Amino acid sequence: MTATAALPSDERLNSTSRRTRVIRRPEVGAFGAALAVLVFFAVVAEQFLTAEGVGTWLNSASRFGIMAVAVALLMIGGEFDLSAGVMTGATGLFVGVVTTGYGLNIWLAVVVALVVALGIGALNAVIVMRTGLPSFIVTLGTFFVLQGLDLALVKLVYGQVAIQGLRDVPYYGSVQPWFGGSLSIGNARIAVSVLWALLVIALATYILLRTRAGNWIFAVGGAQISARQTGVPVLRTKIGLFMGTAGAGWLVGMISLFQSSTAQSSTGVGDEFIYIICAVVGGCLLTGGYGSAVGAALGALIYGMTRQGVVYAGWDSNWLYVFLGVMLLVAVLINNWIRTKAALAK
Amino acid sequence: MIEQQTHELPPRGTTIIEARGVGKSYGSVLALSEVSTTINAGEVTCVLGDNGAGKSTFIKIMAGAHPHTDGVLLIDGEARNLSSPREALDLGIATVFQDLAVVPLMPVWRNFFLGSEPTKGFGPMRRLDVATMKAATRSELIAMGIDLRDVDQPIGTLSGGERQCVAIARAVHFGARVLILDEPTAALGVKQSGVVLKYIAKARDRGLGVVFITHNPHHAYPVGDRFMLLRRGRSMGEFPKDEVSMDDLTSMMAGGTELEALSQELQETLGADSGIVRDMQAELRA
Repeated sequence: MTATAALPSDERLNSTSRRTRVIRRPEVGAFGAALAVLVFFAVVAEQFLTAEGVGTWLNSASRFGIMAVAVALLMIGGEFDLSAGVMTGATGLFVGVVTTGYGLNIWLAVVVALVVALGIGALNAVIVMRTGLPSFIVTLGTFFVLQGLDLALVKLVYGQVAIQGLRDVPYYGSVQPWFGGSLSIGNARIAVSVLWALLVIALATYILLRTRAGNWIFAVGGAQISARQTGVPVLRTKIGLFMGTAGAGWLVGMISLFQSSTAQSSTGVGDEFIYIICAVVGGCLLTGGYGSAVGAALGALIYGMTRQGVVYAGWDSNWLYVFLGVMLLVAVLINNWIRTKAALAK
Repeated sequence: MIEQQTHELPPRGTTIIEARGVGKSYGSVLALSEVSTTINAGEVTCVLGDNGAGKSTFIKIMAGAHPHTDGVLLIDGEARNLSSPREALDLGIATVFQDLAVVPLMPVWRNFFLGSEPTKGFGPMRRLDVATMKAATRSELIAMGIDLRDVDQPIGTLSGGERQCVAIARAVHFGARVLILDEPTAALGVKQSGVVLKYIAKARDRGLGVVFITHNPHHAYPVGDRFMLLRRGRSMGEFPKDEVSMDDLTSMMAGGTELEALSQELQETLGADSGIVRDMQAELRA
C-alpha cells in the first residue's frame, strides 16, 4: 500500500459537494416521504402514535418490508417476480395442508415448504435465463399456476378454500412464537416479524454493498453483456436473486400463517405489485442496476403507515389505493430527476 | 497493493505474438486470409482497414473468440490455437472492445474490479476489500496519467475518452502483456481521441505490446510503430514506420487503383468539372 499512501491528496475532491453525495443515495426520497407521512398521520389521527398504533403499523410494514427488500434486490438485478405475492399464500397453505390434512410434523413441513419455495424460485430463474423471455412474463405464468394450485388443490383436499384446525396440530406451540409471536416493550407489542424484517434489511444491505455478490447484482441489472464479458457469473447471480424473493415469500408466508393460524387461497394475491411499488418508492429503477434495500424498506414503511393511518383517521380504506397510485407516479418522477441530478452533479 | 500482475513484462522489442499467414474461413466464406504481423513488447502495431476489411475477425482470433483455420499463430514462440477468451487472458492478452464492458451506473472503483473483486475475511464474513479497491483504482489510474476527481462517481458520468482509459487501465492492472484495442477512437471527437492516443503511448511506454485497430490513419500514424493494412479480408502487407508516410497509408487504405476506377466512373456520370471528381483526382495525384 506504500504506493497509494504516497498519492497526493486531490484538492478537487471537496468539489463533490455533500449535497451531491447525499442526493446520490437512492433512499433519500423515500426517507423524506416516510417522515412526511409519519407527521401527517400523527396530526390527523391521535391513535397513530400510541404504543398500540405503532405496533400495528410496524407489523404490517414489516411483512411488506421483507418482501420489498427481496424484490428490490431482484429489481436491481434487472428482473421482476410477479409470483412473489402468491408465494406468501402458497407456502402457508402448503404447511397447513400437509400438517392438518396429512399429519406431517409441523417443523418438517415448514422446512419442506422452504425447499419447495426455493425450488420454484430457481426454476423461475432458469426459465428466464434459458429462454431469454422477460421475467415479467415467466413469473406471470408462475403466478397463475400457483394461484390455481392454491385454489384447486386446497378445495380438493378440504372442500373449502381456507385452512382449519392448525392450532390443534402437535408442536404448533413450539413453532408459532418464531414467526407469529410478539414481544412486549413497555405497553407496546412488537411482532417478531419486525425483528425478521430488520434482519432481512441488514443482511440485504450487507450483501448488496459489501460482497462480491452485491457487485454482481448491480452489474447484471445495469449492463448484463458487460457483466458477462468481465466474468461475472450471470446465471448464478440471477438464480440467487429469484431464490431470494421465493425465500422471502416463504418467510412472510410463515409469518402470516402463524400470526393468524389460518391461510386462505387468496392470501398474497395482488401484493406482488405493492412490493414493486415499495421498491420503486425506495429508489429502485425499473430498468435495473440501481436501488437500495433500505430504500425499499422505507417504501414498505410508508405503505404500512398509510394503510393503518387511513383506518385510524376513520376514512374509507379504499383511499389507500388512490394514495398508492399517486405516490408511485410521484416516486418515479422524483427518481428520474434525482438520477439525472446524480449523474450530472459534480 | 494486491498482487494481480501475473505476467512479467518481457524486455522491450521482444516478440510476444507472431502471426504467419493466419486465415479464417466460415464454411465456404473466406473472412480473412494470409495475414502476417508481429506484436512486440513496448511497441504499437496498428491494424488499419475500412469497414468489412476483416479487422474484427483478426481481433477475435487473437482474443480467443474464434480459433483461426489457416496459418500459424505463435505466442512466445509457441504455436497456439486460442479457443476461449479465458485462454487468451491467461496468456496475458487482453482485449478492450468498443462497448468497454463497463456498467454505467456503477462507481468507477466497482467497475474497475468487476468480476475479479478482491475480498478479505473468510466464510460468511468474506467481504469486499473496499479500501484496497478504491486505492488501487486511484493509483492505477494515476499511473496511466488519469487523474480522476472521485472514483465514487458512476462511470457513466465520465467522458468517452476517460471511460476508454479506465478500461485500458483495468486491462493493464489485471496483468495484460498485450492490449488489443478495438476502434478506441471511433466514437470520439478530436480532443478525446487525442487523450486516448496519449494513453496508448503510455501503455506502450510501460512495456506492453499494443494492437491498435482503427480505420483512421491520422490516429494510427502518430503512435504506431508498424502498420498492417487489411482490405477485403486480405493483408496488403506490413510496414515499419520508417518505410511508410502518412499519405502512403491514406492512399493505400482508400485503395489506389480502385479509387482511380471510381473517379473515372464518377467523371462519366457527373462530368469532369464536378467538385467531387476533381477532389478525388487531386487525391490520386498526391
